Order: sequence, then C-alpha cells, then structure tokens
Amino acid sequence: MQLSTRVLVLGGTAGLGAVLTAPAVAADPKAMDVTINIPQLKVAEYHKPYVAIWVEKAGSAAKTVAVWYDHDMKANEGTKWLRDVRQWWRASGRSMKFPANGITGATRGPGAQKISFTRAQLGATAPGDYVLVIEAAREVGGRELLRIPFTWPAKAGAGGRAAGKTELGAVSVAFR
Amino acid sequence: MKKRIWGFAATAALAALVAVPASAHRQWMLPSATVLSGDDVWVTVDAAVSNDLFYFEHQPLRLDAMKAWAPDGTEATIENKSTGRYRSTFDVHLTQKGTWRIASVADMLMGTYDLGGKTERLPRGTTAANLAERIPAGATNVKTAEANNRNEIFVTVGEPTTTLFKPVGKGIELVPVTHPNDLIAGETATFQFLLDGKPAADLPVTVIPGGIRYRDQLGQVDLKTGADGKVEVNWPEPGLYWLNVTTPQAEGEEGAPPAIARRASYVTTLEVLAP
Repeated sequence: MQLSTRVLVLGGTAGLGAVLTAPAVAADPKAMDVTINIPQLKVAEYHKPYVAIWVEKAGSAAKTVAVWYDHDMKANEGTKWLRDVRQWWRASGRSMKFPANGITGATRGPGAQKISFTRAQLGATAPGDYVLVIEAAREVGGRELLRIPFTWPAKAGAGGRAAGKTELGAVSVAFR
Repeated sequence: MKKRIWGFAATAALAALVAVPASAHRQWMLPSATVLSGDDVWVTVDAAVSNDLFYFEHQPLRLDAMKAWAPDGTEATIENKSTGRYRSTFDVHLTQKGTWRIASVADMLMGTYDLGGKTERLPRGTTAANLAERIPAGATNVKTAEANNRNEIFVTVGEPTTTLFKPVGKGIELVPVTHPNDLIAGETATFQFLLDGKPAADLPVTVIPGGIRYRDQLGQVDLKTGADGKVEVNWPEPGLYWLNVTTPQAEGEEGAPPAIARRASYVTTLEVLAP
C-alpha cells in the first residue's frame, strides 16, 4: 500500500514535470509520426499497394522518405512497377537507385500503418513550409495521392491530416 | 478545277513507296510503355500504317529501316521482329537507364528523267548512293529532290536523358525543350523542330489523340512552328498522341503528280500521362 502510494506520488511528480517542461519540448519536436490507413478492399484479387512518401518544398527537389514495394523479389523485379506510383516517380523516384538505403520498405497490408521520420530524414532542417505527399498504387487496382502541408519548426502533438477515398484511408501526422 | 494541297498525304505516299504499298495513311509506332522502371526492362513496339490511330487495320510498317539507339548513343538490336498482315512488332531490350530512340528513317531521292520522249519517275528506293545506276543510259533532264522521312519514338528507363537528341542535320528532327517522355495532361509542352539542322520556321504541326475509333470527331490540333522552330502543345487529356510535322508542298492540279521539290516529314507517338 505504502509502496503503491509512493509510486503514485512519483508518477504524479513525473507528470507534473512533464507539464512544466512541455513548452520547451513542444517548441522543438525532433520527429514526425505518420499514420497511414490502408483500406481493406473487397476485391477478388488483392495486392498490397506500393506506397511512396516524399517531402516537397518550394524551390527544392522532392525528397523521398519511404517507398514500400516488393523489394524482395528475385533480380529486383519489384522495381518494374515503381513507375506506377506515377507522380512520385516523376518527382523523385526516377532519379533514385533501388533498393534505397533507409527508404526501401516492404509493402504493408490493410490497417493503420505507422512510420516515423526525423527532421533530418524529412529534409526539413531549414525552417519553412513543407508538404508531405503520400501516393499509393495497387496492382490491378487504382492509385491515390494525398498531401499534408506542415511547417517546421512544428508544434508538438497532432499535425495535419487528410483522407483518401479509394486506395488510402485517413492519413495523419503528429510531431514529437 | 479542284486544287489540292500536297502536304503530308503526298509525303506519306512517298514514304509508303519505300515502306509499304499504301496511300495517304498515317504511319505510327506504338510502344508498350514510354516511362519505365526496373532493372531488366523491355519494350515491345507495334508499327503500322492505318487511318485510325492507333489501330492496326491496314498495312504493317516495314521494319527494314527500323533501328534503336541506347542512351549512350550505341546502336541496339531490334529483337523478335515479325511482320504480319496488319502490323509489325518487335522488342528492344532496354539495357541502359535513360532515354532510348527507336526510329525508321528514310532518306530518298525523288525525281524524273526524260527518255525516248517520255518523262519517267525515278523508281522507289532511289537514294543519293544508287542514283547513278538507276538512271538509264540516254536519260536527259534529270530532276531530283531529297525526301527525308523520320518516324521515331522515345522511351525512358529511370530519369530522362537528352544525349540522343544531338541533331544529325538531315530532314526534320525534334529537339526537346520539354522532354518527350515527361508529358503530363494539363501541362504545356514545347518542342523545337529542325529542318536540316536549322530551326524550322512556319512548319505545320499536326497533333491527333489516339482512340479515333471510339469518337465522332478527329480532335486534330493544327499548330505551326515559330521563327525559332518551336511549337507549344497543350494536352487536354492523358493518352497517346500522334504528332506529324511535314514541309508544306506547293499546290498542284488534282491528279497531277506532285512537283519535284524538297520534302521532309516527321512522325512520333507521344504518351501523355495523367497528373
């Protein structure tokens, strides 16, 4: 009993500390958490979508931060369909080599898929306005693209969100 | 008295003399894709001559002069060639990243000579190299004019490159202000055309979207190159477009043979992607 009370008190203190230091943390988030809902689709032939995530900034080249594709096929065959993620392919993909270190990832199935990026990974070390772009293209399916603007320095907590209609569900970002 | 403009129709017919025994139909090539990714990339091309774009329904395009060039300028192999009743088909193994050219170029001589009181035409397939042997002994009043016809397409693996666009200086050639494998509906593309290596001013440029069979209107857009040989093209919809540039020809009487004058024509198929 005594012990649990102490724990509770400690917990309370820690909580208080967090509240007190929160403004300092909020002023300088180090990372972005992205949640991408990939919809469950009732189709006869389902393949997990190829998804590309990149960052745009006016006056700068687009920076790819993640590509989910069939990266483990023999002879790198899965790269054949990268061009179907067509806006990303034009903006960034066509000038990249695959697999891309720290960017290539496996395709992901339906559900809330999470991925995090540091400010450096996002290429957002300079303060300014950015857009996170998420594009999904599915074999024998469709294609959809969502854009979420953000600024850096960012405020800690929930950032922008967008909702797809076909190949993407809700997509949101948060900063910490 | 009907007048007739001997424009592309005549040039196509002359090209056809070499390529196919057809009249004023449209020559075209149709690649399986123009924007490609991957490590072991192939493109398959259908090639035909027909009225409707892009339906093979009339004559195959002969592959005798078909060539391909890799992004570094080396000539590549045309593989799995086949010519059927309505179309030819072939493959190119795209073993390098960058922009490839696939082209059928015909540099011919057209002309006439007088022999035994009659004016005769030079036979098809006459070139500067074989002109002497094609003119019979005793022929007089030999008139010739060059005819250069270029039918080419571009396909790109990875990032578009421009190393292949160094003009050869003969016939009509395309210089990419906008790269031909970087076309998006809603964006304006600019191309420059050269005639014998110099900016081709005031040349008519015809752009026709594919899919003619399933619509009522041709949808042809008639443009003209500026003094700098440049032309701007707007793409209302994604899809395949046929683009033709032909040197204008003098008007002649209906049924009369076209005048012996310099001719050049250019044909390409452009793929415009959705934004």
